[in-house]
Amino acid sequence: MHTAKPVGGPLLTKNYLVILAFAALGMVLIAWRMFVGLGATTALSDGYPWGIWIAFDVVTGTAFACGGYAVAILIYIVNKGKYHPLIRPAILTSALGYSIAGFSVFIDIGRWWNGWKVPVQFWHWNFDSVLLEVALCIMCYMVVLWIELTPAFFEKFQDSSIGWLAKFSKAALPFMNKALIFIIALGMLLPTMHQSSLGSLMLLSGPRLHPLWNSPFVPLFFLMTCIAMGYSIVVFESVFSSIVFKRGLEVPILKPLQKIAAYLCVAFVVLRFADIAYRGRLGLLFKFDLYGVMFWIETILFCIPLVMVYAKFATTLPNLFRGAIVLAVVGAVYRFDTFLTAFSPGPGWHYFPSVPELFITLGLVALEIAIYIAAVCFFPILTGDFEAAR
Amino acid sequence: MSATKYPPDHETIAARLERSGVSRRHFLSFCGKLAVVAPMGLAITSKLTPEAIAATVGAAKRPSVIWLHMQDCTGCTETLLRTSQPDLATLILNVISLDYHETVMAASGHDAELALEDAMNANDGKFICVVEGSIPTKDQGKYLYLAGKPGIQVLDEVTKRAAAVVSIGSCASWGGVGSAGPNPTGATGVDQIVKNKPVINIPGCPPNPYIVLASILEYATTGKVPALDEFHRPKFAYDRTIHEHCPRRAHFDAGRFAKVFGDDGHRQGWCLYRLGCKGPVTHASCSTRHFNEVVDAWPIGIGHPCVGCTEQTVGFKIPIFQTVEIGRPTPPDSYPSIFPEHKPVSPVATGVAGVVGGALIGAAFIGAKKLGEVDSSAETKE
Amino acid sequence: MEANRRSFLKGCAAAAAMTAIPATALARERRTASGDAVGLLYDATKCIGCKSCSVACKEANGLSADGTEFGGGLYDAPTSLNERTKSVIQLVRDEGQSAFVKKQCMHCVDPGCVTACMLGAMTKDKVTGIVSWNGDTCIGCRYCQQACPFNAAKFEWSKALTPKIVKCELCKDRLAKGQQPACAEVCPRGAVIYGKRADLLDEAHKRITGKPNLYVNKVYGETDLGGTQVLYLSHVDFEKLGFRFDSDQSAPSVQQTVQHGLYQGFAGPIALYALLGAVVFRNRKNIEPKAEE
Repeated sequence: MHTAKPVGGPLLTKNYLVILAFAALGMVLIAWRMFVGLGATTALSDGYPWGIWIAFDVVTGTAFACGGYAVAILIYIVNKGKYHPLIRPAILTSALGYSIAGFSVFIDIGRWWNGWKVPVQFWHWNFDSVLLEVALCIMCYMVVLWIELTPAFFEKFQDSSIGWLAKFSKAALPFMNKALIFIIALGMLLPTMHQSSLGSLMLLSGPRLHPLWNSPFVPLFFLMTCIAMGYSIVVFESVFSSIVFKRGLEVPILKPLQKIAAYLCVAFVVLRFADIAYRGRLGLLFKFDLYGVMFWIETILFCIPLVMVYAKFATTLPNLFRGAIVLAVVGAVYRFDTFLTAFSPGPGWHYFPSVPELFITLGLVALEIAIYIAAVCFFPILTGDFEAAR
Repeated sequence: MSATKYPPDHETIAARLERSGVSRRHFLSFCGKLAVVAPMGLAITSKLTPEAIAATVGAAKRPSVIWLHMQDCTGCTETLLRTSQPDLATLILNVISLDYHETVMAASGHDAELALEDAMNANDGKFICVVEGSIPTKDQGKYLYLAGKPGIQVLDEVTKRAAAVVSIGSCASWGGVGSAGPNPTGATGVDQIVKNKPVINIPGCPPNPYIVLASILEYATTGKVPALDEFHRPKFAYDRTIHEHCPRRAHFDAGRFAKVFGDDGHRQGWCLYRLGCKGPVTHASCSTRHFNEVVDAWPIGIGHPCVGCTEQTVGFKIPIFQTVEIGRPTPPDSYPSIFPEHKPVSPVATGVAGVVGGALIGAAFIGAKKLGEVDSSAETKE
Repeated sequence: MEANRRSFLKGCAAAAAMTAIPATALARERRTASGDAVGLLYDATKCIGCKSCSVACKEANGLSADGTEFGGGLYDAPTSLNERTKSVIQLVRDEGQSAFVKKQCMHCVDPGCVTACMLGAMTKDKVTGIVSWNGDTCIGCRYCQQACPFNAAKFEWSKALTPKIVKCELCKDRLAKGQQPACAEVCPRGAVIYGKRADLLDEAHKRITGKPNLYVNKVYGETDLGGTQVLYLSHVDFEKLGFRFDSDQSAPSVQQTVQHGLYQGFAGPIALYALLGAVVFRNRKNIEPKAEE
């Protein structure tokens, strides 16, 4: 039951082609952006230098990609082996999410041809820069994630018809499994560092960030919500793949995950209120301007998953799924608010992503899904009895 | 003021000009110039054509003018006389009846004083008194004596019997150069002394003669002094600053300033503000009415900063090369605001985002609904 | 299940305790300007809005005309600082009172952009305190813009391949030649003057004492947002001039207190890694999925 194996089956279905089409459109737009520059293709401005490519693709995208991190904590730290079937797909999602985020950054930065200097020219490193820490951590973690995923590839390739590849895979597999201890520990350290630091990034915007979001506890807040989002995404993805590949549902292990996520959210909300009260900004909650309203929307949405877990009427599977979606959405809203809505460069500045920006993001998400589906079709990622469900 | 009260020798302006052989063409040209000097604000020039102005002005009796000299340099008289066309001085002297003027009259000594007495008697209460030069008030006015009497006493005697007083030049208007610190003679303007008669101040060092003439003719024709500002200056000539119509304004707006006399900017006619030009605070019409019918014959026109001679608080008070504060009651529109508008939000993008977002949420919830169908089997597994 | 949640919450509490360090950690020491720090003093009461500083700035820095917005393409009329404009004059009209204000990089004493920059492309000179940009290590991430409380750092959005960060660098090339910054040199009124920050502060306070009725009793930039090397005097409220914040604390000081509090010179992450490694080692049976079966 717990052995992962390729899903198999035909890949190029009609739906898959639609996804590929979106991905292709995104790639075309990316090429256009590279030729004409950011000013012509995006709605970015000197007031809002960071748009959805940062707020969604990077900040929200990597939080969605925290499934691997979140499940790893459960399995390796809290010692709950029963969640093991979830780890591989979660790590695959994480690896893809982080890779796409890295790719987005590459599109977003203006002098991308200088980008290689960030990991290489260590003598230039500015140790005050939170972004440097985030960038290096994300790069390292991306590598760590793919390494964590190598057993899946080796398992596949040890049966390969290419002789040397099969030999290498067979030899590497046991070694990898031993070395994985250090990698796994690193795989938990790095997200702890950069997911919290993603929150600290906006502390540098200082007074331009609305006080409701500008909290010295923002690193903790980002960490808590990213773990919750990670669990939700694992739930979402598990249910999603069970629909797509018509495999058996992992309900017994999904429900507790969603429960943990819901508790984390409520803990976050309580801490957040405590922090705002401690900073003496409670009055801002009752102003009901854009910021006040957004805050309450976040708060209410963050509480809904818990209701969905416990309310009698809501314990059904569809509600588990919905709860996961709500949580993912509110996590995204919280990050959008921190990076865009609550950030005010002053009157006269506006930002709403341009059409190319939107379609590039959409295209990257489509690409991620396409690769995920292809990967689970060919490599031993998912567990479960596919035939039985079919 | 009815025409019959004038003595017989004061014929109408038109009749006098005709009798003295001044051509109608010259008179029309003069009227045209009046219209340029005072395009608005005066009754006599509120006509559409020089002919119409000539008809009004020509029908008026020649105003009797008595011209007093106080502490002056006679520059104002010079500017009146030294016009580029020789006829014009003649014309001016035919348009007004200059009955007493120490510089241009032939008489001297007791004859001169008699002429003053005669002129006053002939037009008692009707004549216009023009004063040139500041009046020394310190020490009982002993710094200026005219025919054995202090100037201030002469002024009192003459203005008492005048219909109106015109102070020509900055000295008569507010003391001028004579009142510059430490002002040893206590020099003041006429309007500080004469309180019971209408006083028209025509400051300038010297003022444009056409402003004087237009003001006098306005009074002769309509019997009213032109509209005055708070400093008794005719609004038609002093309502704007030099800066508002300065030919070098474009350079000011573009931030191009001559830095020293003779530098490249100065040679290219750039703004003289940095050299101390007082144009921005000086109310005068020099920038539109040049002197002696010569184009660009005015300070800024020849490359010198305006010294602000028409302003009591500026001329001879603020050093010539010191820059002035610029008041900005109505700054121009060509400045961006503190928070200018930037790139607007594209409605197409919001629409697309709405459609995509809606589709995703819809798909998710339909997916959740479908789950309900397989739910029962899943629950049993649990 | 219960045990699971309990131990999980325990973990959360530990994480919370760790991230709670910033609240208790000592705030980073307040930065002060060096004794030789240079800067500008802009006096809004003296400015006549002639824009010669803008013109001189463009000439001195070889910046092209901005014909896109205000001038309808006819004139070089930027509405604000932008990729072609390092210095701009703006106007505030307020109930009959009006004031011009010159905007440019403020050369903060504790600049957010310098703190932000990954590879130190933004530097603050140790002696003069001039904040300048170096394209060699800039990757165009624009975190400096995100970090600038004055919206002074601008990005060349119109460039596809080599966009630069554009901002006032106090004409450091001219300073090296013994000249003044172009704006200060050209100003016909001395509304913007160049000098050492300390001298400019003295001068500013002298002006306020000399004409207490004219000036707002404050030198903007003396302490605001940690202090700036470009100082402002005004006859209208600074908020109306677009200086939106009256905090004395620089944003970097807050962020750095939090981050350095957490990382403790990287001792924090190393300790955490050791801990995680130990726990993973204890639970190593989980690594092999088959082991559980």
